Amino acid sequence: MNVGEFLLVSVLAVPALGALAVAATPRDRAARIVGTVAAALTLVAAASLVAGRNAAWSTYAPQDAAGAVRPWHSIDLPWVPGLELRFHLGVDGISWPLVVLTALLTLLCCGYSLWRVPGGGDGRALVALLLVVEVGILGTFLAFDLVLFFLFFEVVLLPMYAIIVGWGGDGTDPAALDARRRAGRKFALYTLFGSVLLLVGVYVVVAAAGTADIVALTGGTELSRTTQLAAFTLLALAFAVKSPLWPLHSWLPDAHTQAPTVGSVLLAGVLLKMGTYGLIRVAVGVAPEGARWAAPVLGVLAVAAILIGSLVCLAQSELKRLIAYSSVGHMGFVLLGVATLTATGIQAALIGNVAHGIITGLLFFLAGAIKDRTHTGALSELSGLRETAPRLSGLLAFAAVASLGLPGLAGFWGEAFAVVAAVESGGALWTTLAVLAAIGGALTAAYLLRLLRRVTHGEPSPAVAALGPKLAGAELVAWAPLVLLALAVGLAPTLVLGVAEAPVEALVGVVAR
Amino acid sequence: MSVTTFGALLPAVPLLAGLTGLLLPPSPRGAAIGEAAARRVAATVGIAGAAGALALAVALLVTLDGPAESSTTWIELGGLTVTLGVRLDGAAALVAVAVTTVALAVQIYSTGYLRQGPPEEPDHRYPPYAAQVSLFTAAMLLVVVSGDLILLLVGWEVMGLCSYLLIAHDRRLPEAPAAAMKAFLVTRVGDVGFLLGIALLGVSAGSFRIADVLTHDHGTTTLTAACLLLLAGVAGKSAQFPLHTWLPDAMAGPTPISALIHAATMVAAGVYAVTRLWPIFEATPTALVVLGVMASVTLLLGALAATAQDDIKRVLAWSTVSQIGYMTGALAVGSPPAALFHLLTHAAFKALLFLAAGAVIHAVGTTLMSRMGGLRRSMPVTFWCTVIGLGALAGVPPLSGFWSKEGVLAAAEQAALHGDGPAPAWVGWLVWLAGLVGVAVTAWYATRLLLGTYFGAPRTPLARPPHDPPAVLRWPVLALAVPAALLGLAGFPGWFSRQLQATLPVGPDVVSDLLPPDALIHLTPTVLLPLALLVIGAGLAWVGWRRGGGADPVAALGPLRPVFARAFRLDDVQHTLVVRTTTAIARAARTADERVVDGAVTGTGRAVGALGGRLGVLHRAALPRAAAAVLAGALLIGLAAAALIGATA
Repeated sequence: MNVGEFLLVSVLAVPALGALAVAATPRDRAARIVGTVAAALTLVAAASLVAGRNAAWSTYAPQDAAGAVRPWHSIDLPWVPGLELRFHLGVDGISWPLVVLTALLTLLCCGYSLWRVPGGGDGRALVALLLVVEVGILGTFLAFDLVLFFLFFEVVLLPMYAIIVGWGGDGTDPAALDARRRAGRKFALYTLFGSVLLLVGVYVVVAAAGTADIVALTGGTELSRTTQLAAFTLLALAFAVKSPLWPLHSWLPDAHTQAPTVGSVLLAGVLLKMGTYGLIRVAVGVAPEGARWAAPVLGVLAVAAILIGSLVCLAQSELKRLIAYSSVGHMGFVLLGVATLTATGIQAALIGNVAHGIITGLLFFLAGAIKDRTHTGALSELSGLRETAPRLSGLLAFAAVASLGLPGLAGFWGEAFAVVAAVESGGALWTTLAVLAAIGGALTAAYLLRLLRRVTHGEPSPAVAALGPKLAGAELVAWAPLVLLALAVGLAPTLVLGVAEAPVEALVGVVAR
Repeated sequence: MSVTTFGALLPAVPLLAGLTGLLLPPSPRGAAIGEAAARRVAATVGIAGAAGALALAVALLVTLDGPAESSTTWIELGGLTVTLGVRLDGAAALVAVAVTTVALAVQIYSTGYLRQGPPEEPDHRYPPYAAQVSLFTAAMLLVVVSGDLILLLVGWEVMGLCSYLLIAHDRRLPEAPAAAMKAFLVTRVGDVGFLLGIALLGVSAGSFRIADVLTHDHGTTTLTAACLLLLAGVAGKSAQFPLHTWLPDAMAGPTPISALIHAATMVAAGVYAVTRLWPIFEATPTALVVLGVMASVTLLLGALAATAQDDIKRVLAWSTVSQIGYMTGALAVGSPPAALFHLLTHAAFKALLFLAAGAVIHAVGTTLMSRMGGLRRSMPVTFWCTVIGLGALAGVPPLSGFWSKEGVLAAAEQAALHGDGPAPAWVGWLVWLAGLVGVAVTAWYATRLLLGTYFGAPRTPLARPPHDPPAVLRWPVLALAVPAALLGLAGFPGWFSRQLQATLPVGPDVVSDLLPPDALIHLTPTVLLPLALLVIGAGLAWVGWRRGGGADPVAALGPLRPVFARAFRLDDVQHTLVVRTTTAIARAARTADERVVDGAVTGTGRAVGALGGRLGVLHRAALPRAAAAVLAGALLIGLAAAALIGATA
């Protein structure tokens, strides 16, 4: 086993073993520390995946079908041959930024849980579940076997359900309990519905091609046109539920609103990215002809998501729900980028993915901090935050401004270049979509400024007046990396796109063929 | 150090000052000692940043002996190159000097001005304020030196953000947050067009570098569409009709911020961006026609609205709208040097006017002119500075505004009479006539402001007699009075006018021919026309004032007064057409999303649940019926099997 293979396995094994260790540690605080250490080790392993990469693989190589995906490291072991299931992992420039983002956000969530455990359950179980969720997400990003991809995709579901129902909501009264049960159930059932489609799609592909190897399948050379159309429809629907794409988004606001802070951060920060990643890697890669066929529909729905998501936010009256809905709009930009099927668009989608993870993660942390302090999320009961808690207010303003896509911060690149990619695609349809998406950008600014005006300006409301200006050390430690990353990715987009350029070119090369 | 290093450092220095300032701990509320220290540090950092930038800008101006450019790739996005780079010419250096001068004046002035406030509620947010002013300066300088459209967009939008933060600074004004939001949102709406225009140009040229965009041969359709879209962004930032509505409301910000926004940053950015991309605008007559109409409407709209305001800052705000109209008018008739010249003199006299108005507000404690009057004797320094500023604004020779406005009018006259502008001759006529009418109206409201504030008897008794401001407020005002008075003389042939006219050649072998060959000042007999109008406008105001025995000459407007005071109610139109419509659509979208989209999902869930329940009830049967059902089932399966066997056999 060489270094690359060792790293790949350890990225999954460390959190998995960490979860077991956490569950086995008897004392609550010690268990949470063990979990945080495991998450930190995972981050180290994930980040070092880039170091040992074979330079030859990351540069341009002659175009051939098998070369469309050129992983930096991979490991390929048989597991259940009858199901075409192989333990095939790999990492390349498309997945690596997401892997690191996942490891980072999990670490921040575990660290945050050292300081504060939401009411409802014990912290030990929460940290163990967070680590299990991390295994599922990382596995999804690393799997190079379709069946394995499906397995990891499913691993995430139940622990996340448990996190929402066990630690979520506000209050312990029956109504709150019922609300979070309902939200959890909706999340689980809705995404399970998507998973069924994914399973069917996976086996349509596997049965037709006789292999589940994503590396071999990318380019769609093995599949007939009809199979590709069917496979893409199924896969795209499955990923559209997860991303989520309007109108399949309605599980998201409830789940994000009811989940505890750490749950919301993981949900918005990385869970949604499984959908967009799957769309780029699996659906577009395996069925490019289907992608070309469905691209206009995808583009129209993506722009509908941008506009409707922003409009709903503009009329929203609850803090966390507003941020949850903003994800619908932001992921709309990501999906628009994917739908253009151009190198510009897919690169915009990748950086949009990462930026959304950073910024919305931060927004949920801040919203959680405000709700924990004031015990309310109603915008009508929050005002004047800058008078009593200037730092919290300043951070909220920063996150909101980053989220509205201010040039120079991370959110800008994904949104602006999704629009540029649509302009680049040309033609009446895509030009219209570009114009509408750009208008959506203005609406995004409108609802985030409305949020800031309600929450930070004016006279302090009774709930806010009682706040002190102090922030806990743990909060600063959890938020600082996200603030710095939002700035760093904004100023140096190469951090994300430098590694992605070659694989995206290769992917677009086979898709455009 | 090379010239381009100066250029790159120019925005970096105030940026560093701004970021440092933001990291300073906000001074604790009520802790008097900590607060004073925090203020001092913040003020020092802010002033040092602005002074450093000013030094760099002057160094750049002195060392720059020709257009210079340097860039490096920032990011490649699927074949589209985005670069980090600077593009420097004489105009950029001069604008940079103007920006940094005003910024330095504002930083110094603010340390005195923002000490204001009732003692029970001192302003404890000075550190972020000073930092945001630094960021604002950095963003404007980035726009000035940027050699790439995306980089320009960064400065462009950060400026919008800083204006938002600074306008909302004063927490004692309930209207400030709304005004701040309006400023950001209205400019952001314009930026929808700006982004799309940049996208069109960048995609067409394969690069966002300004040099590449200008040398690329775009199709006519692309060019026209891109220029019209860019104009939307320009209208937003430079407060041109119909996106001008944010600027008067932005007066809710502290007075030094008004000076910053109106004089050198933000509103100047739109005009400057057009001069930056002049070759493509010059090739697009359609865009110039739109710009000319927009300029003429804005020019008259702003001037007329200024006549009926009672708030001294709002008079100045509307005068800015009108003066920017002169600049865009100059662009529309094909004379970027005239526009830039007016931009520079305007920066000087408008900053002067705002800071002097701040001194008055500081002394009297109100912004309403109906409660001022008679300040001439008690505040002589401020009075004379205001006279210089208003004289320049109205165009009294030999003050700066006279020469630059004369340059604009001469360019329009040329385009009208000889048709030698890039746009049709009627655009020249439109701009020229609007500009001439504007001269009279400007003279009228400038005279009214002067008479109402400084002459006559004091209208309200003051607790303390008004007095000239302390040194920290006085010196920036005095310093700005110098260029406000004299800068116009620089427009005679010489080094200054060469700087404004020497832009980068469009391509290696194409020599830019957009510039008139000689000075910025054209003294022809027609100069008597605006002078006569000036005398008429000022005279009418004076007569009205005398006849009313020192009363406000605004009474002469009669029934038009409320119309002008509310600027033709365009705010209400915007509110009804855009804000209310959007809010209504948003509410409908939320309802539809919750009832229809989510309703379908929960409805499906509930239907499945009900179906399951009913099936469950069916399966809960007593023994006889259950036994009968089992037997019937067995029979059915048996029959089906028999039928199948029969069919296959």
